[in-house]
Amino acid sequence: MDTDPRLDPMACRGDFPILQRKIHGKPLAYLDNAASTQKPEVVIDALCDFYRHRYANIHRGVHTLSEEATVAYEAARDKVVAFIHAPDRRGLIFTRNTTEAINLVAFSWGRTHIRDGDRIIVTEMEHHSNLVPWQRLARDTGAELAYVAVTDDGRLDMASLDRLLDRPAKLVAFTHISNVLGTVNPAEEIIDRAHRAGAHVMVDAAQSVPHLPIDLTVLDPDFFAFSGHKMCGPTGIGALYARPELLAEMLPMFTGGGMIQRVEREKATWTDLPTKFEAGTPAIAEAVGLGAAVDYLSAQGMEAIWAHEQALAAYCMERLREVPQVRVIGPPADLRSGVVAFTVESVHPHDLAQILDSEGVAIRAGYHCAHPLHQCFDLPPTARASFYLYNTEDEVDRLVAGIRKAYDLLAATR
Amino acid sequence: MTSNLYREHILDHYGNPRNEGVLEDPDISHERDNPVCGDVVRLDIKLEDGRVSEARFNGEGCVISMAAASMFTEKIQGKTLAELEAMDDADIFEMMGVDLGPSRANCAVLPLRVLQEALAQR
Repeated sequence: MDTDPRLDPMACRGDFPILQRKIHGKPLAYLDNAASTQKPEVVIDALCDFYRHRYANIHRGVHTLSEEATVAYEAARDKVVAFIHAPDRRGLIFTRNTTEAINLVAFSWGRTHIRDGDRIIVTEMEHHSNLVPWQRLARDTGAELAYVAVTDDGRLDMASLDRLLDRPAKLVAFTHISNVLGTVNPAEEIIDRAHRAGAHVMVDAAQSVPHLPIDLTVLDPDFFAFSGHKMCGPTGIGALYARPELLAEMLPMFTGGGMIQRVEREKATWTDLPTKFEAGTPAIAEAVGLGAAVDYLSAQGMEAIWAHEQALAAYCMERLREVPQVRVIGPPADLRSGVVAFTVESVHPHDLAQILDSEGVAIRAGYHCAHPLHQCFDLPPTARASFYLYNTEDEVDRLVAGIRKAYDLLAATR
Repeated sequence: MTSNLYREHILDHYGNPRNEGVLEDPDISHERDNPVCGDVVRLDIKLEDGRVSEARFNGEGCVISMAAASMFTEKIQGKTLAELEAMDDADIFEMMGVDLGPSRANCAVLPLRVLQEALAQR
């Protein structure tokens, strides 16, 4: 039991070599963590060490390196399984990222279960990655795509979900945490209501797994996807967790080496889970790196990371209120993660991001891969600051100072 | 100083746009947006003896796209249709006179894209 649950961001900063960098002569304030996070030395070392000392292809050779690499790859799977408390390691499929995981479900499950006239429920706050695959599936099959509404303060309208579930639906696909609004959706409640209505559930957990404790034995989703690069891990590695009984009857999305049991001239049979869905040589080193990232995050404590980010988001919103030209989008601080999107009067977010960059402050500007959300709020493109374990109040102060500077520079010219 | 993109001549065109507005009865009129950032530019052009006699722009967007549109309406003055058709991204980067970098280059070429789409549809 941890006696001091608080996180020391200054201690964390020392673990991330890139945070020593200066940008345009200023210390880097990296506030674009919803897009991707930086990597601690232990993850970079794990990749290097694996390639230097233990690398070979997996599940094939009987030679020492291949066996060591296989052990390392499967150990990484076990670490990820433990990290999200997944009930069964056979359900944990390594993918490239969240997007690939969702597309896998849309293809392998969707093409055999969704038919003309069926309904797929999504929400107005989805990232394109948990929207466009369902949109395409609906168009190709003749299914109907229905949207759960978002309230004015940026929460999911649960009454709207209930109305949609009054009629039979095959799937409810929703984001655990919005990458624009920062809204933490009541995942357990949504999954429970969907299941009681007889629908399967796909959770886009790209913005939640990196930031707060996850227990899939409690959440009980059918499909659950996330990316390694947003949680201190390498790019090119992510995961899908799906119920093994669903995976067992699904056809693989990709076929080829590594996932077959036997191949004859006219047909082939598949391996058991989870390798049935991991055709070809997978991202072995990246999986090992993700395992190291999971170890690192667990050592910091997910409760502590979550508390730190929520406190930073609350501090950021408080500081932004001091700037009259700033409008923050989304729910109050107690309902959100460390994601704060906003607009600044008279300052286009791309100009804001550029001027902040000249101050060493990295934020994201644009539609954040969520066009429908911006449409339903009638929002112009927004600026977004998003925090992680290594961010500090001092960096929030620099963000606010940079916003004032951008406003003074650009408002004065018009 | 802030980012070197925001040079005086850029901020001048942004703050005091040239040829902003619309034309009555234009020979070429077209609008398009950049779906990545939502910036919109409309371009109205009048031709006389086969050359651009008047150009106006109207739009909404960042400093770079708006300054580029303003500068663009000046740059195309007096050009023939063939000369307009021959314009490419390099002309825009030269016109801007700052190092845009890959992400902001898209903002600067928006007015050119509007023209190119208009010419392709003629």
